[in-house]
Parts: sequence; structure tokens; C-alpha cells
Amino acid sequence: MKRLPMAALGLVLGLLFLWLPVLLLAAYAFSDARIPFQWGGFSLRWFAALAGNARLIEAAWLSLRVACGAATLAVLLGGAVGWVLARHGPFRGRALFGALAGTPLVLPDVVTGLSLLLFFVMLESLTGWPAERGATTILLAHATIGAAYVAVLVQARLSELAPELEDAARDLGAAPPVAFATVTLPLLAPSLVAGWLLAFTLSVDDVVVASFVSGPAGTTLPMVVFSMLRLGLTPEVNALAVVVLSAAGSLLALAMLALRLSQSRGRPP
Amino acid sequence: MALLSLRGLTKRFGETMALDRLDLDVAPGEFLTLLGGSGSGKSTLLRVVAGFEAADAGAVLLDGQEIGAVPPHARPLNMMFQSYALFPHLSVAGNVAYGLKRDGVPRGERDRRVAEVLALVGLEGFGRRLPYRLSGGQKQRVALARALVKRPRLLLLDEPLGALDANLRERTGFELRAVQRETGAAFIMVTHDQNEALALADRVAVLEGGRLVQSGPPRAVYERPATRFVAGFLGAANVLEGGPDGAGGFGCPALPATLRPGTPVEAGTTACALRPERIALLPAPSQGPNTARGVVEEVAFRGDDSLLLVRTPGGALLRVGHAEEDGAPPPRGSMVHLGWEAASVVPLLG
Amino acid sequence: MRRLPLILPALWLGLLVAMPLLVVLVLSLSFPAEGIPPFSLPNCAEGVNTESFTLLLEDPFYRDAFLGALAVAGGTGLLCLMLAFPMALGLARAAPSWRPLLLALVLLPFWTGFLPRLGAWIGLLRDEGWINGLLQSLGLIEAPLPLLYSWPALFLGMVHAYLPFAVLPLYASLSRIDPVLEEAAADLGATGPVAFLTVTLPLALPGAAAAFLLVFIPAAGEYVIPELLGPPSAQLVGRVLWGEFFQNRDWPVAAALAVVLLILLILPIRLFQRLEARR
Repeated sequence: MKRLPMAALGLVLGLLFLWLPVLLLAAYAFSDARIPFQWGGFSLRWFAALAGNARLIEAAWLSLRVACGAATLAVLLGGAVGWVLARHGPFRGRALFGALAGTPLVLPDVVTGLSLLLFFVMLESLTGWPAERGATTILLAHATIGAAYVAVLVQARLSELAPELEDAARDLGAAPPVAFATVTLPLLAPSLVAGWLLAFTLSVDDVVVASFVSGPAGTTLPMVVFSMLRLGLTPEVNALAVVVLSAAGSLLALAMLALRLSQSRGRPP
Repeated sequence: MALLSLRGLTKRFGETMALDRLDLDVAPGEFLTLLGGSGSGKSTLLRVVAGFEAADAGAVLLDGQEIGAVPPHARPLNMMFQSYALFPHLSVAGNVAYGLKRDGVPRGERDRRVAEVLALVGLEGFGRRLPYRLSGGQKQRVALARALVKRPRLLLLDEPLGALDANLRERTGFELRAVQRETGAAFIMVTHDQNEALALADRVAVLEGGRLVQSGPPRAVYERPATRFVAGFLGAANVLEGGPDGAGGFGCPALPATLRPGTPVEAGTTACALRPERIALLPAPSQGPNTARGVVEEVAFRGDDSLLLVRTPGGALLRVGHAEEDGAPPPRGSMVHLGWEAASVVPLLG
Repeated sequence: MRRLPLILPALWLGLLVAMPLLVVLVLSLSFPAEGIPPFSLPNCAEGVNTESFTLLLEDPFYRDAFLGALAVAGGTGLLCLMLAFPMALGLARAAPSWRPLLLALVLLPFWTGFLPRLGAWIGLLRDEGWINGLLQSLGLIEAPLPLLYSWPALFLGMVHAYLPFAVLPLYASLSRIDPVLEEAAADLGATGPVAFLTVTLPLALPGAAAAFLLVFIPAAGEYVIPELLGPPSAQLVGRVLWGEFFQNRDWPVAAALAVVLLILLILPIRLFQRLEARR
């Protein structure tokens, strides 16, 4: 029983370590001072500067479009991969299929980025496509990574759903596609939403893979932020961080809500 | 004509024979229980009839029509799953209406039939609840209502009482029987619980290793078990090994005594069954057939009776029932004399 | 038609997961060349070029890049484990009604964007940053300390980024341990700390191993954190690979670095997958 306060103390200290830099950053984004992290009175000038930075806004718009596309593709593909892993019977090459499905989860970013870039370059020299790297290649790369995460979520969800549910639907007169659409899909929906949000977040947060597979035409928001941070912090990045933070926070709240919904429904009896 | 006929049904899973050339007929409106231990093939039989598994050989005939190639959703029979398999995202009414929707039953009639069947299982007013807010007994009734709402002539029930508490099980069993009588559907109920099988069924079919070993009215199967397995599985009869003595009796060296059944013992019989409650304590030693003696090794009080374990001179351990109204059971270590009626000795075939 | 749900994902995995890795392997054995793209493939006339690998093995710069990356990843893993264990224990022992909130607090910074958090550390650690400002205004130091672009800054950033990865598996394994087990140990005469050391800790070991590997594997190839927070001398493999590719434009050497990094990571990856499968 003596350990409990110790553990609680450890938790509080750990949370402070995680949160303090983030909270300081957020607070100082509202400071008027030129030098970051020096308080110069309350001001929204950095948010105004942010809104006026055309290069940043353009990159953010590209990131948003790529992330939406990549997340949607990731849900479709990852959903299929998860379904195959959880429900498809044995088939030749199943072990290889499973290993490949899990590979993007464990590859270091630099390896993923380099391998996909080299693949796109070879593909171009063989087929002429993709003639220009940019939004499309980033989208494909991010969809591949996102799909691996979606597959894990979907597989986990399917394996906790009793297979008899689809049997029951078929017994009550539903042909297999109808049984899937009326029973499995609604029960899978929360995981698919959570998977979409996860894939979206991975995409808008990625700098390494995007830097590799992009060309001159495609500069995403993290790529711009990274180059700014490399030169030293500008207060605009502070303000941008607050915007990203609030956006990510609300997305996370949505994801939690979706997961909560999926947990209250569909518990195996 | 039989509603359902199974002919030579065979199903293998790898090396194991789940169903082994099984023949079975079910009459319209009949309540049949399939009794067997785990791995006896009883659940596989249900899944083959429902269409979830294809038999390796043999035929499934419904109203004389072979339905082996008909997919599950097109078979005019319904199943109640052991786990209930209630759709967690649909309300009680949504679950029950699911099958009617698939059949394109119009809204008004659908609502009426859902209300009707919910009333039948005693769940009026529960239509809007989601399954996770139901108790085990309520879930069981929703599953029953969902399977009944399409008015199937044949309902398959996989351990329908298995997930319920012991005290709820008896009451729900009676309700199941009442619903079966009211709907007139034939029920095939799978169970591993012998009391359930005997109490509810018109007919009990005992499975062992994918084969049908005996079927008949509960009383007949209980009183005249056909094989060692049935004798041991139903009511835990004493199985006494031995052989015909050539004079119409059955010699059992383990007692040692001669058993004399009501009917002559056929050549080749190697065991007889003798139910514990058919053995009486005799006031004095007796030398005739159908008697034995032994020492009480253990006395177990069971409420309405006591069970004695009696060691005979031949080394057999006999289970003997001792009714409460016959007074206090003999103490441990005492010598007792036992006797039974000829009709209680049942020669076993296998 | 019925095999479509299998064929489409299989095709995708084959094209965008398996093929790229094969291409990296081929590229690592190809010849550097002037031009776009800057390599020529292995061919009949020249055979394969193993010089990239020879270079990696012989030049101490590359050897140190690998050793340094493994050491940093290992160090980050251990530091994360030390911080995560009390956190996970606190989570597992917290009142059930508090757990979702606390768990969200652990995860939320993880979702607030990787670069903004590094930006925060830069702002904290730089010469005119918050920490130096605080120390100076307290009169503890006269000149700012060179905190940024140092090994400690590198580790701070790494631990901060990867800590949630370590808390989750530890929490999962700790919360699965039945508290009755420690009571049983106490009933058999083990005092609190002894029960903890002999029952809870051994049961949490697989979770701890998973937590360590979950940090170690991605940390070994990390590029961004050493680049933004670490000293120039921190030439770890991720950074070296980036440099070979973007600055030197030596694609075969970059590919060879990726191949060797993967080979080094296969053992921890297999170990991690084994641990996951056992759950």
C-alpha cells in the first residue's frame, strides 16, 4: 500500500514532463515579444502573421488534401487487409501476407521513405508514371503506412466480434453481402472512423517520408515547419503549433468518442 | 412424412469424424433433444442442417427435398445460437425484425409480428433496448423471439439454456416447452445436460463420436439404455461386466452374483446396466440371483436421497441410492445386503 | 469476383510494401553514376556492385553511425522504461473512473504534432530560451548555458517523443495482473515490497520488453530529433542516410545503409512480434 503514493507521484511527474513544454509553448504563442519564450504582453500578432504567410497556408492546404485522401484510401485498403487477416480462411501465402501487412508498422521512417522513393523512381523509368512526384506520391506513401494501422484496428475489432453474428444474419435470410453490410459494417464503423483519424494524423504529422517521396511540386506543412525549425524557432511556428495542437486535440476527442461508442456497443455476449 | 431426414450424414474435420454416417428423422411439431458430450458432433449436426457446414457425404432432406446445396439464407428453418449472437448495434425490436426485413415484409405487418413474438416470450416493452442492457435471461428470450418470428417449421437450438444460471434454467426450460407447443414448430435442441434433455423432449437422441447411439422417448432411453455409454451418461447407472451363464442369466464375477434380467440374455452380451435407485437394501442375507452384499465405503447426502458407495467382495464399487423415507442410511463400514428386481437389469448391446 | 477482397489488398501490399524493399536491395548493389537518377543498375556487363557495403564495413564513420544509433535507441528505450514504469503503475492503480482521463493525458501530447513539440524544446533550451532566461533572472548563471544542440537535448527530445509508446504496453500488462495475486503472496508471508518484486515485476516483464522494443525500433532510425536537437557530432544512421541521399546524392550507399539498418533491426522486430503474438 505504501507504493501507491509513489506510483501516483511517478505518474504526476511523468505527465508534467510530457505536458510542461507543450503548455509553455502554447502560452508563449500569445506573447508579443520577438524572441520566442520571452513574455512581451498578450498579443495575437503571430497568429496574424501566420495567416498572412502564403507559403505556409499553401503547404497546409496541400497537407490537408493529402491527409484526407491518404486516410480514406488507408481505411479502404487497411479494412480489406484487416478483414483478410481476421476472417479469410487459409490461403497460400498467408504468412507472407501477414508479414507484409505489419511491415510498415516497424520500418524506420527513413527506410520507408527511401524505399518508396526508389520504387517510384524505378516505376517511372519502367512505365513513365509517376512523371512528377508530389501530392500523389505522398498520398500513396501515407496511405500505405496508414493502411497498416487501420488493418491492426480492424483485425482487432473483427476478432472480438463473434463470427456467429454473420451466421445469425445469414440464418435469418441475409445473403453474405447483405449480412456484411447490415451487421459487420455497422459494428466495424467506429474502428474505421478511429482508423481514418489515425491515418490522417500520421499523414499531417509526417516529415521524413514526405520529404523523400515528394518532388519540387509538393511541399507539405511539416516540411515547411521543419525547415523553419532547422533555422531556429520563429514565433510563427509557436502560433502554428497552437493551431495544430487545437486541431489535433479536437480530432483526438472525436477519435475517443468513436472508440467509446464502439466499446459500449458490440461487446461479445 | 418426416419434416427433416438426415441420411448417412458424414462430416470430417481433419482426422476427426464429427458426423459418422448418421441417420435421423424429425417429425413435424416434435421436440427432439440431441444429447452428447463435447466432441460428440451434436453442434456440427445443427450447423450442417442450418447450412453453415457442408456435409462430406449424405443427404439433408426437408419435406423430402434435398437441401444440401441451398445456402443458409435460403433455408426455411431458423437457428438459435449458443452465444445468442444478438446484433449489438440493433435494439431488441431491430434484432427481431431483422429476418422479416430481409424477407421484405412490409412495415406495418413487421411491427405487428415483432410485438406478437415479443409478447410470446414475455418481453413486451423491451423493444427499444440495446442488447448490452439486457440480462442473460432476457437475451436468451430475444434470441428465441428472433428465431421464431419468421414462423419456421423447424427451429434449431444450440445449448439454449447453457449460458443461464441454474435457477433460471429450469423455469426457462418450461417456457421453451410452452412456446414450442404454442407455435407447433419442430425443435431440435442440442444439450450436454441430461436432466434438460430428459425433461423437455418428446424424444431424446444420444450422440457419441458422431454416431447416433440411441433414440427414443426419454423414459425408454433412461430405463433401457442400449450401450455402456448411454447407461453411464444418463443417470450414471452401474455398468456390470460379465457374460451369459448359459441358463438365461448373466454372471458377474465382480459382485460376485448372477443377474437375471426379465428377458433372456443374448449370447455375446458383455455388460448389464443397473440404476442406483433400483437397488434396495435387504433386511437379511439372501442367496438368490439379483442379490449381492458389500461394505459401505462412503455415504453422500443429496437432499432427497443419499448415495452409498458399496464395495462388493468381488471388488466392484456399486452406486446405491437410498431414499430418505427408508430411514437413516447405514453407517460407513457396515455390511449391507442388496437386491433388485429382474426388470431393473438391462443387458447392454455395446 | 469472390476473391477480390483478397486480391486487391495483396496486390497493394506486393506493390507498395514488398516491391520498394526489393528495389532498395537492388539499388544497394547498383553502381553510382552521374545523372538523373544517379545510379546504374546491376547488369550483365558489370555484375553487381558490392562496394557500398564494403564502404559501410570499412569506414569507421558509418560503423560509428550504426553503433551510435543503436546506443541512442537503447539509451532512449531504457530511459523511457524508467519513466514509464511508475507512470504505468500509477495508471493501473488509479481509480477506474480516473483511468480514461489519465490515459488521454498520456496520449494527448503524442497526438499534438511531433514537430511542434520539438519546437517547444528548442524554445526551452536555446540560448535566449526559457530555461536560460529563468536561470539568468534568478542570478544562478551569468552567460547562457549551451543546452540546445547537445546530447542531453537529443535524449530529452527522444524520451519526450517516445515515452507514450512505452507507457501503453506496460500499462496493458500491469493492468492485467490480478491484484489478488499480490494478496495471495502477502497471505503466504511476502511483505509488500517482496510481493511486488516476486510477483508483480516478473509478470510485467513481457510488457516491459515490448515497451522497450516499441521505443527501440523506431528510435534506431530517427532522423528529425538528432537533426533539430542533437549536436553536430551526433551522426546517427538516420541522419547519415538522409545526408547520403539528399546532400551527397549517393543513392547506392543510402540504400545500403537502409539494408544494413533493416538487418540490424530484424532481431528486435522478430522479438517484438513474438511478444505481441503471445498476448
